[in-house]
Amino acid sequence: MIRTVAARLATLVVLVWVVSLAVFALVLLIPGDPTTTLLGDNATPEQVTALRTSLGLDDPLLMRYWRWLSGALQGDLGTSMLSSYPVTQAIGDRIGVTVSLVVSALVLSVVLGLVIGVLAAVRQGGWFDRLTLLGSSIGIAMPNFWLGLVLVTFFGAELGLFPTSGYARPGDGVGDWVAHLMLPVVTLAAGGVAEIARQARASLVDTLRLDFVRTAAAKGLSPLSIVGKHALRTAMIPVITVMGLQVSRLFGMSVLVEAVFALPGIGSLMVASVFDRDIPMIQGTVLLATVVVVVVNLLVDLSYGWLNPKAALT
Amino acid sequence: MTTVTTRPESAFAAFRRRFVRQRLAVVMAGVIAVMVLVALLAPWITPLDPNAQALLDRLAPPSTKHWLGADDLGRDVASRLIIATRATIWAGLLATCVSLLIGLPFGLLAGYLRGWADTVLSRAADALMAIPPLLFAMAIVAVLGRGVTNAMIAIGVVTAPRFFRVARGVALVIREETYIEAARSIGCPTGRIVRTHVLPNMMSPLIVQISVTMGFAILFEASLSFLGLGVQPPDASWGSMLQRSTRFAGDAPWLVLLPGLAILLTVLAFNTVGDAVRDSVGRENRRLA
Repeated sequence: MIRTVAARLATLVVLVWVVSLAVFALVLLIPGDPTTTLLGDNATPEQVTALRTSLGLDDPLLMRYWRWLSGALQGDLGTSMLSSYPVTQAIGDRIGVTVSLVVSALVLSVVLGLVIGVLAAVRQGGWFDRLTLLGSSIGIAMPNFWLGLVLVTFFGAELGLFPTSGYARPGDGVGDWVAHLMLPVVTLAAGGVAEIARQARASLVDTLRLDFVRTAAAKGLSPLSIVGKHALRTAMIPVITVMGLQVSRLFGMSVLVEAVFALPGIGSLMVASVFDRDIPMIQGTVLLATVVVVVVNLLVDLSYGWLNPKAALT
Repeated sequence: MTTVTTRPESAFAAFRRRFVRQRLAVVMAGVIAVMVLVALLAPWITPLDPNAQALLDRLAPPSTKHWLGADDLGRDVASRLIIATRATIWAGLLATCVSLLIGLPFGLLAGYLRGWADTVLSRAADALMAIPPLLFAMAIVAVLGRGVTNAMIAIGVVTAPRFFRVARGVALVIREETYIEAARSIGCPTGRIVRTHVLPNMMSPLIVQISVTMGFAILFEASLSFLGLGVQPPDASWGSMLQRSTRFAGDAPWLVLLPGLAILLTVLAFNTVGDAVRDSVGRENRRLA
């Protein structure tokens, strides 16, 4: 087990390093002279010099990369080009919003997705199963920001049930925090529910056809115990893979949901930085998001071993 | 006495028989055909000029003049939806081509050569897969400038690992086949082996991946245009139409509903056809799909 973890950790380090190269290389892609592109043609020579120093453009490439990487390893992702505010701090100010959103949406997707998937699989071919298949296809194809707009229009604006924009910190009242997150979380979770339900259904349907399930039924075990205790555990392995993918998807899609509901999270920070072409801010956000995704994937990989001891050997 | 001779069904006929049985997929293939046709003919079939503003018609509900209503500048929604199909299909094609052109050759190389080339290329693919696609596309747009071309090249790059995996997997399996060994032993050059044996064998998984990537890219074009980073005004895109609609949703709900339904239907069509192709591949080829 320890050797597996060590091997996976080594892969993870290589992966993050490759991504760091890609993220750093963004600066190199800026067409023409970066200072002109970023500041416009009317920049004063002082502004140009200041920017060249702050981006370290006069230093050799490897040195710039090394400085950025060693800073990043110590939690210093540079400073914003517009506000000279530290990138790490800007991310820290906003990460709570995004984490609340993504974690709530993940929990909702997993719980609802599993329940729907299992109910559909045990009555394969029934009306609920067919409804699930159709619903999950629609859920996967639906743009989540559109769902958000529809929810805002019909549930928020017309019925006035939930606030449709902004964020309340949990410290200022848990009820308010939940109310503000309600519509965004539903919006973000919809696609995840669809993907997990579809995978859970497909995987459980396959498992229920296996011999050990027939043996269990022949022994006289109740259907509940066959599904709950035996089949589900085997069926979970591909579902866990999909859950791992969901973290990456939810993290990316939260950008759109934050835009629809005016939530001040990492996503809105990213959108604003793209409009301002605030490169250090963008590099920091992308690197952070990737590290989160990679770490989650590692946890997913390790969980296979727990679910299926055979997989741990390979 | 008559003798009944049954010829064995060709692989393609078997595929067609299984595909046609999935009625929803056939309908969705029709939807794709109509979308492509609309995209090709868009400038000639819009009922009104999609960019003509008529302030008297601001937020006009659906009527005989504006079949699907008018937006906040009095522009005809039906015409804008039709012309936006062009941007949508173009964006999907561009991203898918970029993805295919990067993923396919590298995947074939990795699977065929194995060894260190495979290790290096696979690691690079893993790294690319780890970056959330929307964030990557946004970063590229920030650097290269706003616009749908830059955005879709970015989406193509970030989805290339999907084609890489398909191509690598197929190449890994096929290189062990006896007929490849036979071809090699009679001195057939590698390029010719790849062209005549490897590529035909991967047609169905490729078609699946192309269809799914089209749907994916169209969803991302809409998302980026919704954020204001894709198709730029005054050009119409379903995503940018949705972005404008937010401020008038209460007065003009059709502005919110219609572009979203268009995106949903198109993405659903590509995904459904992709799934149906995968399910229609015979068992003899399934391990590759």
